[in-house]
Amino acid sequence: MIKISSLAHVYEKGRRLKFPCWEIADMEQWLLLGASGSGKSTLLNIISGLLEPSQGEVLINGTDLYTLPARGRDRFRGRHIGIIFQRPHLIRSLDVIDNLELAAVMAGLPIDHKRNHSLLHDLGIAELAKNYPDELSQGQLQRVSVARALVNKPDLLIADEPTSSLDDGNANQVIRMLTTQAKDNGAALIIATHDRRVQEYITKTYLLNEHL
Amino acid sequence: MNIFKISSKNLIRNKLTTVLNIILVAFGIGILSILFLATNQIGNKLEKNAKDIDLVVGAKGSPLQLILSSVYHIDYPTGNIPAKDAYKLMQNPMVKRAVPLALGDNYNGYRIVGTDSTFSNLYGLSIQMGNFWHKDLEVTLGSTIALTSKLKIGDSFFGAHGLTGNGDIHKQHAYLVKGILKPQGNITDNLILTNIGSVYKMHEEKHKEGYSHTSAEEAKEINDKQITALLIQYKSPMSVILFPRMVNQSTNMQAASPAMESARLFSLIGVGIDTLQWFAMFIMGIAALSIFISLYNAMKERKYDLAIMRCLGASKSKLFFLVMFEGVLVTFIGACLGLLIGHSALEVIGAYQESSQAKLTGFTAVPQEIYLIWIGLFIGTLASLIPAMQIYKVDIAETLTKDR
Repeated sequence: MIKISSLAHVYEKGRRLKFPCWEIADMEQWLLLGASGSGKSTLLNIISGLLEPSQGEVLINGTDLYTLPARGRDRFRGRHIGIIFQRPHLIRSLDVIDNLELAAVMAGLPIDHKRNHSLLHDLGIAELAKNYPDELSQGQLQRVSVARALVNKPDLLIADEPTSSLDDGNANQVIRMLTTQAKDNGAALIIATHDRRVQEYITKTYLLNEHL
Repeated sequence: MNIFKISSKNLIRNKLTTVLNIILVAFGIGILSILFLATNQIGNKLEKNAKDIDLVVGAKGSPLQLILSSVYHIDYPTGNIPAKDAYKLMQNPMVKRAVPLALGDNYNGYRIVGTDSTFSNLYGLSIQMGNFWHKDLEVTLGSTIALTSKLKIGDSFFGAHGLTGNGDIHKQHAYLVKGILKPQGNITDNLILTNIGSVYKMHEEKHKEGYSHTSAEEAKEINDKQITALLIQYKSPMSVILFPRMVNQSTNMQAASPAMESARLFSLIGVGIDTLQWFAMFIMGIAALSIFISLYNAMKERKYDLAIMRCLGASKSKLFFLVMFEGVLVTFIGACLGLLIGHSALEVIGAYQESSQAKLTGFTAVPQEIYLIWIGLFIGTLASLIPAMQIYKVDIAETLTKDR
């Protein structure tokens, strides 16, 4: 379903990153491991269509991401890929439910109110729907950003260091939530991390080595 | 949830900045709309009231004052002219129609004008109720006066000496209301019309007083009487050059052209209008700058929001439109508010105005006001263009991995 091959990226400063081939089947859950600076974030950005690689291709459901025009790529990302960032970036001027609706609007999809509410319910934050991001705790914000990533029923869920700023209890909860939600929503899952706590839950690993 | 909602929510979140920007735009547009409306209304009034009057002949003095007093009924008359000389002029072959005026009294600030039937021909007056004046001391009221003074046909009232105020009331004779005019939309709505003989009768015992008051019933009587002014309509446009020169050189009277004098008046007011216009432009410029700065500064924080929206699938052009829309929305609201302010301010000014002859109103619009909205939108577009361009520079991946 997702396939990257002969992928390499050269930064302006001359640093060159090469990525081994990788194939992810439907609903598989993977860990992306590597020391900091090994190019984890670069690879995630390439897979999610935010950063054009110098060389190689990314196939998602048979679509070559980088043959699409920029506009088409934005739209493809909105509809097929859900991204969870290290810090839960929400729009501060909008309340929780509006932040979820925004995901559909930006991807050009109709708003599914029922699904939005059931997502919030599944993640245990149904009562926060009308709250603004400033009023939520870190853990609650992280849940909202997971819900937002799932709004458009993505085929692929990408999480970049979702646990790095959380304590043990919260970290375990977030990992459990991510794995079960990905499964329930029929999405493949990639978690980029160097956090050992995550490795208890996911066995498949893709290791980036700086010296490849 | 749509672009409109996202923009307005963001504007509401930054209430103070938004309100400041809206107020700046509103003031600029407000001042411009007041200027537009006022000059338009004053210009219209000047034009309407002087429509068919080619020349005014009166006592020597300021020609502008002569026009203001006898055409617009605003200023005091320059003095009186001998009725004998005036009637001689009326017989001149170049004159198509000449209307004698005898001013000097008022009722509650409304001027009582002594004249004859040529006056109603000149202004094309028609009667709404009752009749035109026929005999001495009969009057016909302008429609506005009938409304505000509550005088009805058959009522009588006393005139007061002078052109304003009720100080010196002529108690010896009362005027009788004979008719009420149809609304004309010009100065005659605010005048009380009677014959010259009435004005003369009022002042029989007060001959030596300042203002002119004369009777014109019989030629003999006229001889040593006086009137205030003569409104003249030419037979042919050729007379424009000859007739005024003839009056100014060969008689002891002066001739003034309403068209020339109102043009002169406008060029005098024009300086003030120009200054105000520049001032309004200046405020609009400040508004544009303020919108620009607030949008540009906000971009630092909004970079995250916009990067997230990109991640969620929004294209660059959509976000460009979003930022532009915010700036334009502010100026649009400001422009509408400005028009509202302009109109209500003018209505308030009109309500407090003393002279009933040149009342301003905010309940009319001029087509130029559409341009004001366009100017507002243009300024919004201009001010948000550079901030919106930032969208194309934002590196999403980099922005989102950094902390706020």
